[in-house]
Amino acid sequence: MTDAIIIGAGHNGLVTAAYLAKAGLKVKVLEGAPQVGGAAVTREFVPGYQVSSVAHLLHAMHPTIARDLNLARYGLDLKAERVSTRSLLPGGRSIDVGDAASIAALSRADAEAYPVVMSRLARMADALASYALHTPPRPDIAKMDWEGKLNLGKFAWAMRRLGRKDMLELTRILTMNVNDLAGDYFESEAVRGLLCFEGVLGLALGPRSPSTVFNLLYRLSSLGANGQGGLLLPKGGMGAVTHALAKAAQIAGATIRTSAAVDHILIENDAAAGVVLSTGEEVRAPRVVSNADPQRTALQFIGPRNLDTMFVSRIRHMRMNGCTAKIHLALDGLPEALTDRRGRIVVAPRPDDIERAYDCAKYGRVSDRPALELVIPTLSDPSLAPAGKHVASIVAQYCPYRIRETSVNEARRQIGERSLAVLEEVAPGIKQRVTAMEVLTPHDLEAQFGMSGGQWHHGEITLDQVLFLRPAGQAQDYRMPVPGVYLCGAGAHPGGNISGAPGYNAAREILKDVRARRVA
Amino acid sequence: MTAYVEHLTPFLRKTPFHPRIEALMHGSHWMRWTGHYSPAAFESVQSEYFTIRNGASVYDVSPLIKYRIRGRQAADYVNHLITRDLSKIKPMHAFYTAWCQDDGMLVEEGTIFRFGENDFLLNSAKDQLHWLEQVAYGFEVEIQEASNELCGLSLQGPQSRDVLRAFGINGIDHLPRFGILELELQGRWLRIDRAGFTGDLGYEIWVKPDDALWLWDRLFEVGRDHKIAPIGAQALETARIEAGFILIDVDYSGALHALRPSNRMSPYELGIGWTVNLNKEGYFVGKRALKREKEQGLSRYVLTGIEIEGRKPAPGSFLYADRKGRRELGLTTSACWSPTLKKNIAFARVPSAYAKPGTEMWIEIWYHKEHKIERSMVRCRAANRMFYDPPRKSA
Amino acid sequence: MQQGYDAIIIGGGHNGLTCAAYLAKGGEKVGKNKLKVLVLERREKVGGAAVSEEKYPGFIYSTCSYVCSLLRPEIFRFLDLPRHGLQVIPYDINSAPNPEGEGIIYYNDHDRTRESLRRHSIRDAEAYDEYAVEISRHCRFIKRMLLMTPPDPTQINPFVQNRINPWGHREDLDGLLRIAREFGQLGERHMYDMIRFWSMSVADFLDQYFETPRWKGLAAASSIIGTALGPYSPGTAYVLLHHYMGEVDGQIGAWGFARGGMGSVSKAIAAAAVEAGVEIRVDAEVDKIIVRNGKAVGVALKSGEEIYGRSIVSNADPKRTYLKLIDKGDLDAIDPDIHRYARNYKIRGSSGKLNIALDGLPEFAGLGKEAAYGTVDIGGDFDYIERAFDDYKYGSWSKRPFLDCVIPTTVDPTMAPPGKHFMSVFVQYVPYQLAEGPWTPEMKGQYEKDVLDTIELHAPGFRKLVLHVQCRTPWDIENEVGMTEGNIFHGELTLDQLLFNRPFPGMGQYRGPFDNFYMCGSGTHPGGGVMGAPGANAATEMLKDFKRGVVQ
Repeated sequence: MTDAIIIGAGHNGLVTAAYLAKAGLKVKVLEGAPQVGGAAVTREFVPGYQVSSVAHLLHAMHPTIARDLNLARYGLDLKAERVSTRSLLPGGRSIDVGDAASIAALSRADAEAYPVVMSRLARMADALASYALHTPPRPDIAKMDWEGKLNLGKFAWAMRRLGRKDMLELTRILTMNVNDLAGDYFESEAVRGLLCFEGVLGLALGPRSPSTVFNLLYRLSSLGANGQGGLLLPKGGMGAVTHALAKAAQIAGATIRTSAAVDHILIENDAAAGVVLSTGEEVRAPRVVSNADPQRTALQFIGPRNLDTMFVSRIRHMRMNGCTAKIHLALDGLPEALTDRRGRIVVAPRPDDIERAYDCAKYGRVSDRPALELVIPTLSDPSLAPAGKHVASIVAQYCPYRIRETSVNEARRQIGERSLAVLEEVAPGIKQRVTAMEVLTPHDLEAQFGMSGGQWHHGEITLDQVLFLRPAGQAQDYRMPVPGVYLCGAGAHPGGNISGAPGYNAAREILKDVRARRVA
Repeated sequence: MTAYVEHLTPFLRKTPFHPRIEALMHGSHWMRWTGHYSPAAFESVQSEYFTIRNGASVYDVSPLIKYRIRGRQAADYVNHLITRDLSKIKPMHAFYTAWCQDDGMLVEEGTIFRFGENDFLLNSAKDQLHWLEQVAYGFEVEIQEASNELCGLSLQGPQSRDVLRAFGINGIDHLPRFGILELELQGRWLRIDRAGFTGDLGYEIWVKPDDALWLWDRLFEVGRDHKIAPIGAQALETARIEAGFILIDVDYSGALHALRPSNRMSPYELGIGWTVNLNKEGYFVGKRALKREKEQGLSRYVLTGIEIEGRKPAPGSFLYADRKGRRELGLTTSACWSPTLKKNIAFARVPSAYAKPGTEMWIEIWYHKEHKIERSMVRCRAANRMFYDPPRKSA
Repeated sequence: MQQGYDAIIIGGGHNGLTCAAYLAKGGEKVGKNKLKVLVLERREKVGGAAVSEEKYPGFIYSTCSYVCSLLRPEIFRFLDLPRHGLQVIPYDINSAPNPEGEGIIYYNDHDRTRESLRRHSIRDAEAYDEYAVEISRHCRFIKRMLLMTPPDPTQINPFVQNRINPWGHREDLDGLLRIAREFGQLGERHMYDMIRFWSMSVADFLDQYFETPRWKGLAAASSIIGTALGPYSPGTAYVLLHHYMGEVDGQIGAWGFARGGMGSVSKAIAAAAVEAGVEIRVDAEVDKIIVRNGKAVGVALKSGEEIYGRSIVSNADPKRTYLKLIDKGDLDAIDPDIHRYARNYKIRGSSGKLNIALDGLPEFAGLGKEAAYGTVDIGGDFDYIERAFDDYKYGSWSKRPFLDCVIPTTVDPTMAPPGKHFMSVFVQYVPYQLAEGPWTPEMKGQYEKDVLDTIELHAPGFRKLVLHVQCRTPWDIENEVGMTEGNIFHGELTLDQLLFNRPFPGMGQYRGPFDNFYMCGSGTHPGGGVMGAPGANAATEMLKDFKRGVVQ
């Protein structure tokens, strides 16, 4: 008899599985793909060339989880080299955030301000992130349990510790747009552009859209004590992370079954009874935990017929307009500008470049000049490509899921071509080096990894979609409305990135129910 | 004509029966009903009322908002929407039901007509399309606003069957309560259902708008010997209260349109818990919340009938447990003097412990006495809200 | 050198005048003699941006602000403004012309609006009630906060101030608890909706209810007026509320014309102030605020004259106040951050204005004649407005702007000769400065032409009616009225600049950084829109300080 079924062996599903199995539950993980990992996998995109399929940098994995699950023992090297971020500018210039001199070449004031501002922002982000491993509170204090009140109290204390000045600054900037924030703190376009890029990464918003500072803080929160303290290029790619998690789960006693796609959740007497696979096979268990995004979980697995209408409506209206494409290049060598660029490279020289790129997306078009994030993992891990060859992994923004007046194929062609053109400007010669290219538009990501709208975070990280509004009010505690159905994916608090925090929190809530015998 | 006058041009809709109604209006007792002219009263509310209970009253129900619900999964959809068990309703029958929001609060209650397995018409008092379409997500169903496709008259009263018999409706004698009949008469299409808002024997007759005046004229021609007369909303109001029917915006606020959350009410609180079937197959909107309310006794109050001493009507009056008015229990919504029962009746929201028929309470009534307002505290007793229920209603 | 004033108010805008009147009338409550209040106005007349001026013979223009709704009824009553000549005439039509078909027209009457929307989409007509209820629910909550000093959650102090504990300051906690209580009454479901609403974009919000693009564009109009944001920007749903929370005669959301133009509002408040004993001096431009030992002690006029008083109040916008009227040295001596806050304060001008004298009443494409009796919003769908915003973002006026037009002379006989009309055209978006540099006469001419062309497109034959055009850019507005960058709200109404963060973090309670220094303009909570609430709230806080003896 299985105690809990986990739908999807993504990193969060595996975290939940591991924690539940450690607590003594019989856990079965069902993964539709032939391999575990969900969107965090390393795979061959052309023969001989391997790349992390979606996310390519690890930074958010929560240290508590890494420690609890002993991931280091299962092959995940979290002590790997921290990489820096470099922004390439036209004319062969560039700035490296870790190198004050490179910033000083553009603006002395910015070089001085940069570490001060970033550490101040990081402090605020850390205070916010102290809620990452808690279940979001209910806004009605009268209905909060003691644990919720305690968590809220701890959070208030974390805020207080910031001091009045920072607290006030945080309340000011929290809802602001990142372009204004960058303008408040820095004078050079290059530094502003880089900050703006961090603020819009993963969103269908531009630097001038309010709420982008929150996204920036969200990102910073995973670069501090609540994450890995920096950007990591895991050896073996992202697949190494999920493999370690899978091993941890299996050793704890969970069983993982791949190539077992779930069609829907079996509901009997208004409670979870198991799942039905696309083959028609029934797998029964009193608890079903979904690692899929909220839309897929609610609208496909549970089905609107088993749900209340306002809830369905809120889930349907979650903003899931994926705007980020992933491009993989097989290179037979590196152009001069990119040789020995081990870290993360950003091509977003000015805020207005990003804003104009976003303007296109607003009206359903692929950006004329996309903003790019690029890593060349083969510089740190040559095993990913044949000897002497390289792989470039590019995140390109914006390629909207909701395209107008053009086909998906055309959008795929456009984002690939335009990204290369932008790259060619800052790294001349790269075009000639490309031997093969793979472009994953949000539509492709949806089709291959099941993320609705191709949204990496299972729902944009904006103020109206976080904390108790994630995925929707009254479902913020990882419990779906049908008793026995839970959500453990990034569509739940605290959200996306390879952090494992939603999976951790979901496991805690499920175990609470098990102890209270709320379900079977 | 200047533009400013144009700006003041009347814009209310006229129902297809309007020319006949207007011709019979003395004074101008119009009111609005879903943006239409609707008669509040013709001449004497009292005589109109007694037509309902004594003869055959005619009330223009064309302004009712109507939605046609059809499609491959229309039955599943309706069953998901409403609180009652649809499997118990056969085609060509109408039924009264409630439909709720997620938290079990009533969106509205009303009559749904089932013509075929997957063919329905829903009547409502308020705009529902937005809600109906939201509920429809995931169902193969088509919802069409059909308010203007048909117009109808509600023919209510002990003589109504005689009128229809004289009208030449075959089979009217065998039409059960809530039954629907569709037929052709003199080359015109007619739909007759046996339902109404008066708690008396009564029917509704629907025709295409072009046939409206024909229907009116024919009915009044054959009904002359059966005490047929038009009525307005005021007379109907008394009959409605006697029959125990609740009315949106008077007895409750619909969940979609309530400004204050405290004004939203559940079917249990409104005393129509009998329409909620928690055991029916499949989930319906609000089921989890309603189940919780029932199992955990979360209802805040119940809308019960009360009979009040004296004859001062008591709408919006406070109820107390004691004569001194120290412990407040709730307040009344609809209230009237019942000319048939010779009783002073009202609906009152009270804690369920006080809703048991016969429970004594006190009510504070403010009333006009020669341009002055006076207050009195009188005794009242909880009663079955269906104050008037003649056997002929379902015979 | 003069002295002996209890309060000197810099700027005779409606908030400055309201503050003055409240101080003078409320002074007796302080327990001593009436407060002596002086208002100093730079221009030759009071009113600031709420003025009526005859710019063309026989025509009175409401040169800047043009409609009235948000002026708090409490202020109306307390200052007895009707007795001082203020009458607000409500209008109940709001429409969007359509050169390609039938326009959209919306009325205050529910049935009439339903009937009108039905012609475009039965879905929209039916969803309207639900939408209106949600908006009202949000308004009901916000409205209670308007005449309240915003509590500061970062300084919660549970102790009451008294002689034993002079550092007590319980107001913030009390205020927060009051808001929490109100919030609690919403019920959990609506709490989520409200929090979500505050950070949403108006496009996302309206998409939940409606489908007709042009109607959505019309409904979104209120959310972008005066802001430097487009309808797809998060946070714009709140601005929608800011324009809906007004009322005329208790009718929530209604807007009206002030008889005689918006100058009547200022005139009436000024009359009430004068009656209460306030002294008003025009043509008295303040150059600097005199600060000594961290205390504001007086003002220096451009003329060289110095006036001293026990307290100084600025009705000017925060940027002007802190960057121009106060010496940086004085600020830095208190806290160097204030200068940075002021510099970073978002006060982008985004709106221009055309005031037009017309030979007759224009007719709008796709609409009946009655449309001219209310607001006519020339625009289109979300994309139209967003594209107008795109032009602005990169430093140009919108080539196809969004225009909010009213013709107050349809109901007000005092503003134009019989048969002639005054039309106020609010233009969104117009930048304070162009990407190429400052405004030139040619550029301004081109901008005027673009606006008139847009109107002509939506009201064929319009140009033939035009007698005179007064064209204003944000730059003109700044120069005339003194509002920095011509921002009509004295600072953008984005969440980061609301409540206790308005104008600056930690200075949201009308008190400036110096002792005896206060702010009462729209740059303080609850913001602009000719509400009068900042002035009244500032006076309330000042009276508290007078009573406590904090003001020396």
